[in-house]
Amino acid sequence: MHMADALLSPSVAATMAAASAVTAGYSVHTLRKEGDTEKIPVMAVSAALVFAGQMINYTIPGTGSSGHICGGMLLSALLGPQAGFLSMIAVLVIQCLFFADGGLMALGANIWNMAFYGCFVGYYLLWRPIIRGKVFGSLSTPARIVLASVLGSVFSLQLGAFSVVLETQLSGITELPFGAFAGLMLPIHLAIGLVEGLVTAAILVFVYNARPELLCDVQDSGKGGAFSLKQTISILAVVTLLIGGGLSLYASGNPDGLEWALFGNAEEGYAENMGLDEENYGKSSAAADGAAGIQEATSFLPDYAFKDSDSALGTTVSGIVGSGIVALAAFGIATAARSRAKKA
Amino acid sequence: MDELADGRTPVHRFSALSKLIVTVVFLLTALSFGRYDLTGVLAMAVYPYLVFALSGLTFRMCLRKMKYILPLLLFVGVFDPLLNKDTWFMIGTVPVSRGWLSFAVLIVKALLTVSALFLLMGTTKIDAVCGALRKLRVPSVIVTLILLTYRYLTVMTEEVAVMTNAYHLRAPRQKGIAFAAWGSFLGQLILRSMDRAQELYASMLLRGYTGEFPEEQQKADPKSILWALMWLTMFAVFRFVPVIRVIGALFTGGKL
Repeated sequence: MHMADALLSPSVAATMAAASAVTAGYSVHTLRKEGDTEKIPVMAVSAALVFAGQMINYTIPGTGSSGHICGGMLLSALLGPQAGFLSMIAVLVIQCLFFADGGLMALGANIWNMAFYGCFVGYYLLWRPIIRGKVFGSLSTPARIVLASVLGSVFSLQLGAFSVVLETQLSGITELPFGAFAGLMLPIHLAIGLVEGLVTAAILVFVYNARPELLCDVQDSGKGGAFSLKQTISILAVVTLLIGGGLSLYASGNPDGLEWALFGNAEEGYAENMGLDEENYGKSSAAADGAAGIQEATSFLPDYAFKDSDSALGTTVSGIVGSGIVALAAFGIATAARSRAKKA
Repeated sequence: MDELADGRTPVHRFSALSKLIVTVVFLLTALSFGRYDLTGVLAMAVYPYLVFALSGLTFRMCLRKMKYILPLLLFVGVFDPLLNKDTWFMIGTVPVSRGWLSFAVLIVKALLTVSALFLLMGTTKIDAVCGALRKLRVPSVIVTLILLTYRYLTVMTEEVAVMTNAYHLRAPRQKGIAFAAWGSFLGQLILRSMDRAQELYASMLLRGYTGEFPEEQQKADPKSILWALMWLTMFAVFRFVPVIRVIGALFTGGKL
């Protein structure tokens, strides 16, 4: 997800750099105020560990592919959000300077996309409430760690991927339509986020079992029912279904956020928009018309709903069916790739 | 990169601050060209071209660094030729779309920006870059963290490499780390590293660490200032004068 300099305009790069700089300034201020600057060696070793840990391939059971760890969630669980954020900056700066993984001008954007969401949004919105038992309080601590890691990784990666799309579009360097770009980036990062979340969870559960005091916000030690992977996986399956189904249901009633921004919502008086005419936007070329025709004819659930159906039920079902189809397709491709590799 | 940065050429000797400023201004200038301004952005290649020659680094070493950013870049860029069908020029009867032009600009920008960063890090040591960051008022917490992380990177990478090697020797024909060992593999290393970090901190305290690292004092020498001023002027000229087209017009007698 590292962005190259060439993908950004100077104004977008500067805006993202300013946003990241402010967050970094706040983090440094918090650490100094709490007298935590002595944590620096621990932060540095953790950052170096995450860097090295990113090179380990974890085999995903049932597929031929592998995944990596998610640095942001792991670091903020071990060090807290501010120290985790600064450690991620160190990782990203070194990746940028020495490995050309992401550019110097894009550093602000990369810090925002990969460190801010994982360390702050993922931490405050998901990790802390779940680990402190404010939600899912009836589950055992390890189960909550798994849930918080997976949800935190998925959520922060989705936000990060969406930001990559948004920053590229605002920079105006590509013809790639927003919808198509987001439609490709988000599902890819959903799968990546799930795997990263599960690997992070496995590591954090191990650390919890050995040294619970190393993890942030973990208060009880070993209280709660026995941890079973089966139980947690069933929770995750339910949550995935709820997200797939529930969000689609919500989306059906509201125009997409960007559509709203671009075209306004005339009925509700938001006619002032960015001067774009929805009827003609992106439909001027013959190729686009042709592609739209083919898509319309072949899609099983056009516009994420059953054909000729506007019902909320249709949208919800398509969310669930979509999740299933994507999972099946991914599994099918992976199995085919594996059998080909074996034959070769 | 450390070995490269240890060179003895004039470029290596310029102060890190002047090189950092030149690099940042170069990057901003290169990115500010419009998506169809191929001649404008090509003129900027003068900087990396000359610095490659002066510093003894080669473009081939730099090209290898493109591997990380190339996938996303190609993914974003490749749609331009497909979606932008306006004719740019004709080869015989075959029209070449303006999408190809914007794609070319994107690739040139990527090559330029990666080269500029490679030239900075290939001619400047990390300690000097961090010293320059301190002069630019980047908080010492962040600078110290970057330096220490960099120092520990080799230690940790080596440790992970040894562990991975040991794992694979015990689990031959297995590609990655199996599900059963997902947690314990890096988890073990975390536990050991946390103890190590505490010892590291204790030993730093014993040597008088107070939260700040002593900085390498670099004086602003006139040569470095001249080097920076020269390039900043050149970048301004390249940005506001269409140099390539002016030269082309001079030679062909045509219009700009």
